[in-house]
Amino acid sequence: MTALLTADRLVKRFGGLIATDNVSIDVADGEIHALIGPNGAGKTTLVGQLTGNLAPDSGTIRFAGRDVTHLPTHARVRLGLGRSFQITSVLREFSALDNVALALQAHDGHSFRFLADVRRDRARRAKAQAGLDAVGLGARATTPAAALSHGEQRQLEIAMAMAGEPKLLLLDEPMAGMGAEESQRMVETLRGLKSRCGMLLIEHDMDAVFALADRITVLVYGRALFCGTPDEIRRHPEVRQAYLGEDGA
Amino acid sequence: MIERLKQPRAIVTALLLVLLAVLPLLTQAFDQRYLLSVGTRIVIWSIAAVSLNMILGYGGLVSFGHAAFFGIGGYAVGILSAEGIQSGWIQWPVALAVSIAWATLVGALSLRTRGVYFIMITLAFAQLVYYLASGLEGYGGDDGLNISRSRFGIIDLRDKAQFYWLCFALLCGTLWFCGRLAHSRFGYVLRGAKSNELRMTALGFPVFQVRLVACIIAGAFGGLAGILLANEGAYVSPAMMSWVKSGDLIVIVVLGGIGVRFGPLYGAVVFFALEELLKPFLDLLHKGWGEYWQLAFGPLLVIVALYARGGMASLLRARE
Ligand SMILES: Nc1ncnc2c1ncn2[C@@H]1O[C@H](COP(=O)(O)OP(=O)(O)OP(=O)(O)O)[C@@H](O)[C@H]1O
Ligand SMILES: [Mg+2]
Repeated sequence: MTALLTADRLVKRFGGLIATDNVSIDVADGEIHALIGPNGAGKTTLVGQLTGNLAPDSGTIRFAGRDVTHLPTHARVRLGLGRSFQITSVLREFSALDNVALALQAHDGHSFRFLADVRRDRARRAKAQAGLDAVGLGARATTPAAALSHGEQRQLEIAMAMAGEPKLLLLDEPMAGMGAEESQRMVETLRGLKSRCGMLLIEHDMDAVFALADRITVLVYGRALFCGTPDEIRRHPEVRQAYLGEDGA
Repeated sequence: MIERLKQPRAIVTALLLVLLAVLPLLTQAFDQRYLLSVGTRIVIWSIAAVSLNMILGYGGLVSFGHAAFFGIGGYAVGILSAEGIQSGWIQWPVALAVSIAWATLVGALSLRTRGVYFIMITLAFAQLVYYLASGLEGYGGDDGLNISRSRFGIIDLRDKAQFYWLCFALLCGTLWFCGRLAHSRFGYVLRGAKSNELRMTALGFPVFQVRLVACIIAGAFGGLAGILLANEGAYVSPAMMSWVKSGDLIVIVVLGGIGVRFGPLYGAVVFFALEELLKPFLDLLHKGWGEYWQLAFGPLLVIVALYARGGMASLLRARE
């Protein structure tokens, strides 16, 4: 497996606090790499540096064979780095289908067209519908996003992130605030998308992590404590004590 | 199409458009020439209101300075006319170009702000033009300027009916264009940015540029309405672009239904119909009260805000 994304010895300080302390992590093509750790461990901060929202103090980030450490977010998105947000952020007044259609439009880039009616654009609709089908929202196409359940909105977010045909998807707590049933659906969705892109998955739901991850990195106080397969993580005494023990998982 | 015609709103819209299309024939048949001039004003104001509805309704950009374009379009025609250039083929393109330039300037500066600041800065720019026009002593200053109507050769703007039909045709064009725009790729970005600007930016859309282009298009149509207003009365004055007129335009858009395709048309019809009916009625009750006909809008707007958020248009929606 070739590494799609490689972060090498990233450091990020907030004043005196070292939120990212010499972290190296890589994600391979088609792999789901989970990032776990207690609250405040620095997971979101790490993802922020990968997306380009935060600049690391030192270290390098390579993506798809290029050094992207100093590229702005939109340039990374264009290279195939997609993300979903920790806070749900969909266009509430638009139908589920239109949300995905707009994400598709953002990707193809033709926004200064004034007369052609997008509702008659069959190819666009079909593509958006396929995107919804892929996350199990096919039947909800015409429902306004505001009327979708929380879980469905998160599924919709994934569909929007997938519209850009990312090579790698960064998912910050996609199951946050979901019930058991919704979490299960999200697990199915992500498993279904695995063949299409690699994923870096931040998640507190351990059942979901163990169900999905090929590898797991444990982050504690900004440091990568351990990286291994789910089985190795389960057996690792230090990890059990430092993280799994604490959380009682 | 057939389906859509079953909705009350579509029926009312169709009837209204037919009525407007044949208005000169009716006013001539019943010898009500004054009604034609009211109709002309309704049509011209509708053009401006439709364009305001595009940025306000679809874009969520509350411009409190849209009447500035009445003045800019109007004065461009007026000043050229005063300088002896009567040809509409020159006057109108120049007036549109000036409107577009002004919209670009105001948009580029005001779109850096949001919410109340946007409202204030658009108002401030409009006031600037207002005082500028008042200060143009060479062109009538506060008193305004009598002009002669644009010459085109093919049509005679002095003929009330011909002029009305020209305005009506331009309104139809405006309605068509803004209606198409709402469902175009451009329109979706404009509406998406109203719904969730941060998300649209994160998706990579050039939100600022899209809004700027929308402001420029709206400014061009606003300027067109100004050109027509100047030709309607053969007169321009600073009063065309007082902040009260900008407020009236917002009232028309809100009354008709924000973000509804034909909403501004309903709004303009109701607005001017109320003016024409209430004024004489109030004057009948007590001489001089007619001046205050706009007071009636207070309660009306409260009712719209409380019970009919979608404006008149929502009252006409089909009930399942
Ligand atoms: N912009 C910032 N300025 C200062 N400190 C910050 C900033 N962002 C994060 N931090 C701090 O950095 C640390 C790591 O935060 P981060 O949000 O990355 O944790 P996390 O692992 O995502 O936590 P959670 O599981 O709660 O989402 C925390 O102590 C946080 O308070
Ligand atoms: Mg976090």
